[in-house]
Amino acid sequence: MGNFSKTFSSSLGKKLIMSLTGLFICLFLVVHLIGNLQLFKDDSGQAFNSYAYFMTHFTPIKVISYINYAIILGHAIYALILTISNRKARPIGYAVYNGSANSPWNSRNMGILGTIILIFLIIHMKDFLWEYHNNTSLPYARYEASLADPQNVKVTPLAVTDKEYSHVDYVDPQSQTHITVAKDLYKLVRDSFKIWWYVALYVVSMVAIGFHLIHGFRSAFQTVGWDHKKLVPIIRFLGVWIFGIIIPAAFAAIPLYFFFCK
Amino acid sequence: MSGHMNLTLKVWRQKSPQDKGGFVTYKADGISEDMSFLEMLDVVNEGLIKKGDDPIHFDHDCREGICGMCSLYINGRPHGPKRAVTTCQLHMRSFKDGETITIEPWRAAAFPVIKDLSTNRAAFERIQQAGGYVSVNTGGVPDANEIPIPKVIADEAFNSATCIQCGACVAACKNSSAMLFVSAKVSQLALLPQGQQERYRRVQAMVAQMDAEGFGNCTNTGACEAECPKEISLTNIARMNREYFTAKFFKEEEIH
Repeated sequence: MGNFSKTFSSSLGKKLIMSLTGLFICLFLVVHLIGNLQLFKDDSGQAFNSYAYFMTHFTPIKVISYINYAIILGHAIYALILTISNRKARPIGYAVYNGSANSPWNSRNMGILGTIILIFLIIHMKDFLWEYHNNTSLPYARYEASLADPQNVKVTPLAVTDKEYSHVDYVDPQSQTHITVAKDLYKLVRDSFKIWWYVALYVVSMVAIGFHLIHGFRSAFQTVGWDHKKLVPIIRFLGVWIFGIIIPAAFAAIPLYFFFCK
Repeated sequence: MSGHMNLTLKVWRQKSPQDKGGFVTYKADGISEDMSFLEMLDVVNEGLIKKGDDPIHFDHDCREGICGMCSLYINGRPHGPKRAVTTCQLHMRSFKDGETITIEPWRAAAFPVIKDLSTNRAAFERIQQAGGYVSVNTGGVPDANEIPIPKVIADEAFNSATCIQCGACVAACKNSSAMLFVSAKVSQLALLPQGQQERYRRVQAMVAQMDAEGFGNCTNTGACEAECPKEISLTNIARMNREYFTAKFFKEEEIH
């Protein structure tokens, strides 16, 4: 075996993969949240639908998203490999085990939390990403606004008929209007989050992500060996407040906003 | 007479490494609260010997908390309920009269049970033999301060060197990971000038041996640090990782 394959098949090498893939997913969450904040805009989804089109059709973004799927999958597969190896390391368990005396609950149950997140991801990607690409009955929306008064947007839902629409985004020079026709992912989001159990699924999953990241974020830095008295308090703060609480809470706010306010 | 207690013990009994083993319940009556946990077991064993039964086998040696020989997983925690003590330094006043105490051996594939509560911890020795040493001759006694070492570094190396190899880190870890032990041994030498020559070879060799022994993988729960009788800190694991990745990605030294 070569140096690199030997390194990454060692216990520390596998942990390094867990840590780096985990940190990449943390970065993805930040970008994903910033994009999704456009759902809060009161514009009948013009900004969000344009953004969704851009994210799924701009080649560099598409490349990064495939890398992202591979990294999420890698994180899950390596977690499984490590869990199996950890189980093998203790074939006979303890009759009495008092784990709460020496470690926090979420740190001992990263696998359970991760499994909840993985199931959520499958549902989430099927219901939005897959539907967006493959559901031909998804309606379009047409947004019109004159350049003189860009705030005043006229929205026309385009129901699905035999006629096929395609994405357009241009300024008509004669009428001086900005016209956008986009697949209405916003409507799909809004309609999905009218179902109470679907909202509950999202909120519970975000709580799981929060607990996963409260341990995971700082744990990733420990694994790469970045541990210093001066830096650890900052990493812990970011891990608990930004990645453990604020980001999952902001994600959870989206279904709650649509359920209660729309 | 104050401070005498009656206890119920649920003890893991296993005749041999091949035996399936199981729990046996014993009464420990009239135990002084000033006894150490091992002395309490001595009293129980006296009774067993008088009855002609096989006494409970458990590891012990110095009974001063410095040799690392005693073990025992007591009521779900290695070395019992107190922080920063070995089982021999754990006193019976830490328990309540009438309490049921469950006593198990360290549980890890790399620490097979020899008999009852006694486990074979030679895996730690083999990890040490793989690189936990300095192989240059030390020669005569050097003058004091001939090799200057910053105080913080000397203190940190000393803290790492207090590891007594008891294996409580492995026993406490939900993954049976030995990384706290290995990292303490890597650290104490990596920090000091005397350990520099073999620094990057050492960490690779010791981690490779650790993996070969079948220990689990660290998930940074911190259970090892919390249960370590010598309070070896989790910082050591981060340092070991740093040393290992530096060795693997940036250094020429390789293990054969």
